[in-house]
Amino acid sequence: MEPNWALASKRPALEARARILQSIRAFFVGRDYLEVETPQRIPGNAPESYIDAVASGDWFLHTSPELCMKRLLAAGYPRLFQLCRCWRDGERGDRHLPEFTMLEWYRSHCDYHTLMTECEALLRTLAPSGALRWQGQTLDLSAPWERLSVAEAFSRYASVPLRQALDSDRFDQHLTQEIEPQLGRTTPTFLIEYPAELAALARHKPDDPTVAERFELYLCGLELANAFSELTDAPEQRQRFAHEEAQRRAAGKPPYPSPERFLAELPAMPPAAGIALGVDRLVMLLTDTPRIDEIVAFPPEIL
Amino acid sequence: MYSCSDLKKGLKVMIDGEPHVIAGFDFTKPGKGQALYKCKLRNMITGSLFDRTYRSGESFEPAALEDRDMQYLYQDENGYVFMDNKSFEQVHLSEETLGDDRLLLVDNMMVQILMFNERGIGISLPNFVNLRVTQADPWVKGDTAAGNNKPATVETGFTLAVPSFVEQDDLIQIDTRTGQYVTRVKE
Repeated sequence: MEPNWALASKRPALEARARILQSIRAFFVGRDYLEVETPQRIPGNAPESYIDAVASGDWFLHTSPELCMKRLLAAGYPRLFQLCRCWRDGERGDRHLPEFTMLEWYRSHCDYHTLMTECEALLRTLAPSGALRWQGQTLDLSAPWERLSVAEAFSRYASVPLRQALDSDRFDQHLTQEIEPQLGRTTPTFLIEYPAELAALARHKPDDPTVAERFELYLCGLELANAFSELTDAPEQRQRFAHEEAQRRAAGKPPYPSPERFLAELPAMPPAAGIALGVDRLVMLLTDTPRIDEIVAFPPEIL
Repeated sequence: MYSCSDLKKGLKVMIDGEPHVIAGFDFTKPGKGQALYKCKLRNMITGSLFDRTYRSGESFEPAALEDRDMQYLYQDENGYVFMDNKSFEQVHLSEETLGDDRLLLVDNMMVQILMFNERGIGISLPNFVNLRVTQADPWVKGDTAAGNNKPATVETGFTLAVPSFVEQDDLIQIDTRTGQYVTRVKE
């Protein structure tokens, strides 16, 4: 009997993936981040309209370790990172796996600008040549990375103004079809300053409450990470959760219990910023691989 | 009825009363945003190709197609000829209708022909076919790493990646759903 060749031929990809995971750990340990593990099965996730959890008994598999990471921040841990599996129901495509690997890191006494700088340092560490080649495109990682506001991106690339896209509930359609393919073309792009209504856990900009201090990082048109300056105002957070949860339930989704412990501890959280980065996509980018299936041993269809 | 989460390459659905097959599929979703299901659809009767993007919540009627067991006979100037061994009825399919599947057809092979209003409009191959390698670089002695691969061509002209130990004249099994090498076949 021959060995399973489809699995055996993934060896170079799996070796590269293992090296990348080791380098990520070394990067954060070297910057005094504490690696933590938080439960992957939780009573409920932070309610978000368009992220669906997988049920596990009466509880849910986490879609992100966000709530537990922030409770640790609030308890006084200044710098934290976690590499873990997350689950998002129904997300499957060339760039999506319903079970995927997330890197999240959180840092107190800083805002999302610090995280942009840290993303630059992380990628330059992982691609020491300063160039990243993916599917025929070349990115210069050593040059200053583009910072582009959502409003500017719409006026530059979209067929309708931002306000119209929001009012017609077509924001994501214009974003994915017209804007994303233009992002991260010569350097990576930080798409910054999201409309306030699209950032349920982010702090609003102090001098402009209509936008949130949230960014998404794009390389070669691929969304790699989402970050924000964290909201630390507990009553405001409770209100936003209620709004998102009402939308979820109106859409017929299973109810989440209100994350009362998180809300009770939130006032103790110092100003902070946090980020979630898709490790599988990072491996795709660093190994010039077009499909997510090729950089994991077992996509769900072959289980 | 199908929902958006059922959409994938190869699924057959009715649109405006005519059967369509999803020839290309792409799932896109901003991390915190709404999912979009981009489909490249082929009208199975006219062959025309077009793009359509769907959002969550839409539903689709399965295409009403009859599968009929038929045997592949030969290729002629009108296309590829299949025969129902019970009724002796013959069906022609064009090169365009068969697409890459035509490169995985073996003479006398049993296949399923998809019928719509008594017309043959598509094919379902068995999941695995055995084909002989007609061209492959020789095996470099000492190259025993299980994962190494090289290109090879089989008797029908189909090309694929195979392990380094596969040689010309070997009979190999191919998964018709993915076009990938599975194993060598002992004779």
